[in-house]
Amino acid sequence: MFGVFCYYVMSVIKVQNISKHFGSLKAVDDLSFEVQAGQVFGFLGQNGSGKSTTIRMLLSLIHPTSGSIELFGKRIEKNREEILEQVGAIIERPDLYPYLSAKEHLQLFAKVRKQKIGEADINTTLEKVGLAHRAQDKVQTFSLGMKQRLGIGIALVHNPSLIILDEPTNGLDPQGIADIRQLIQYLAKEEGKTVLVSSHLLSEIEQVAHQILIIHQGKKMVEGVTKELLDPEKRIVQIKTTDDAAALQFITTVSFSSYLLSRSEGMYLKIPTREIPLLNEALVKAGVGIVGIETKNSLEDYFLQITSNA
Amino acid sequence: MWSLIKVELYKIFSRPRTYIAFGAIAALIVVIQLGLKIDGDSYASFLMKDINDTLTVDGNVLNGYLICYILLQLLLVHVPLLVALIAADMISGEANLGTLRLLFSTPFTRTQWVLGKFVAASIYTIVLLIWLALLALFLSMWVFGTDDLFLMKSNYVVLIEQKDVLWRYVGAFVFASFSLLTVTSLGFLMSSIANNSIGPIVGTMSAIVFFTILSTLNIPLFSMIKPYLFTTHMNNWKEFFDIQVSDNNEAINGSILNVAKIKTSLIVLSTHIVLFVGTAVYITKKKDILS
Repeated sequence: MFGVFCYYVMSVIKVQNISKHFGSLKAVDDLSFEVQAGQVFGFLGQNGSGKSTTIRMLLSLIHPTSGSIELFGKRIEKNREEILEQVGAIIERPDLYPYLSAKEHLQLFAKVRKQKIGEADINTTLEKVGLAHRAQDKVQTFSLGMKQRLGIGIALVHNPSLIILDEPTNGLDPQGIADIRQLIQYLAKEEGKTVLVSSHLLSEIEQVAHQILIIHQGKKMVEGVTKELLDPEKRIVQIKTTDDAAALQFITTVSFSSYLLSRSEGMYLKIPTREIPLLNEALVKAGVGIVGIETKNSLEDYFLQITSNA
Repeated sequence: MWSLIKVELYKIFSRPRTYIAFGAIAALIVVIQLGLKIDGDSYASFLMKDINDTLTVDGNVLNGYLICYILLQLLLVHVPLLVALIAADMISGEANLGTLRLLFSTPFTRTQWVLGKFVAASIYTIVLLIWLALLALFLSMWVFGTDDLFLMKSNYVVLIEQKDVLWRYVGAFVFASFSLLTVTSLGFLMSSIANNSIGPIVGTMSAIVFFTILSTLNIPLFSMIKPYLFTTHMNNWKEFFDIQVSDNNEAINGSILNVAKIKTSLIVLSTHIVLFVGTAVYITKKKDILS
């Protein structure tokens, strides 16, 4: 018996060169990335780095100044309703109606979905986010953590394929953070959901995400597979040269190109320690003067450097 | 669309603020009715002091129909403020609360949401008006009884037979619903511009006060624009109580003196509703949801 297995990984999110300008402020600057189906995608950046603006653009809450966004292979601006039927999201804070109960929230948001969402689905969602025992209580009596859980519940109630969670652990205590982490892992592993989760803390993202993207001042700084980015055998190297354009051209055409993390604000490479001298030598041979090669101990150091520079 | 309207109605009627208007109207009406019940005779004498020498009026002058007319004169100026409390908060209140982004990331268009919200706010306005009608008209009829409606206009007197009154109130309340829906749509427009609750409410009230002053000023410059201002037409429900007279100077039952004026007012008010809501939809569609 023969079986043919065709493995095709679909891009659930495909962002190409999007920018968003508010007057002279470039909130997002020429950002591109892809999220594959079934992946937990960590979207990392300090506060004000452009994460929420990007997420708002994904949900068509704000319009990009330029670039294109495709979700499920379709342009968001042309297929908005069809796409959003398959998306559940929380954005920044869990803002809710203080005069309604947790269950009323889910019932209301279930009503604005095309598929039939019954009482059992609502109860299951409440249990999933750990609010079944407070279902009838008004939201004004909830702690921030409970509001955050309810926000996630609203995002999940219609059983979407793509879940976008913007800073879902904001304001949570350590147990709450662990619960959300477990929930994200459960959604991806057990239910096959694609999850985009943003945070300003690497420690939160690295435990759940398959892929990480770091943005800073609206620009992509690093993107890669979490395991590789956190590989202790490899170091992040910042290279400063006399001619960055020539150095970049050289690197992208030789074997070192696979190590390239970021082209903005100098060049950053994630490179095995033993290959750092080889890279140095190769650049000099190519006629590029080296001003400095600085190694970072870890992705966290690199991320902290970005944060502290801001 | 119906699901959006149901969601919006649920939210409106779950908020304690919604019932302030119902409470305020009930309190005002009951207080005025109580005052007139206790001291109505002296009030009636005061009303008729100018014509007592030339005209003798028998029967129950201070009946439920007259009380309702007095109440409407007093209240229909202030009810718009109560309507603005809800209407002007429909979009901006959600922006302020941060829930607008939750709504706008559902698979409905912004136009559908805005129209759904407007319909829900309009239903609230109509329910408020029905509440007003129940208390001002039917409670007054029950407490004060019914008789012919005797109205003192600025330079003439109108006497409408008892059997010819009720349909005029129905007409007046339908007309008033157009007036209040214009206020609802104005509040809505203000709400689409701002991201906080207070600004649009104050803005709507200020706009009504501003245009009402323009409508009442007898200055030639403003006379040109007066016919196009919604505030000029909002009080024309009173036209239902101006009756035609025959050659023998007898009132013609079932007639209205100036039907054309009512029609014009309804057209102007309807045009304002469409313009205000259309602009609110346009603004909401274009704006970035940053709150």
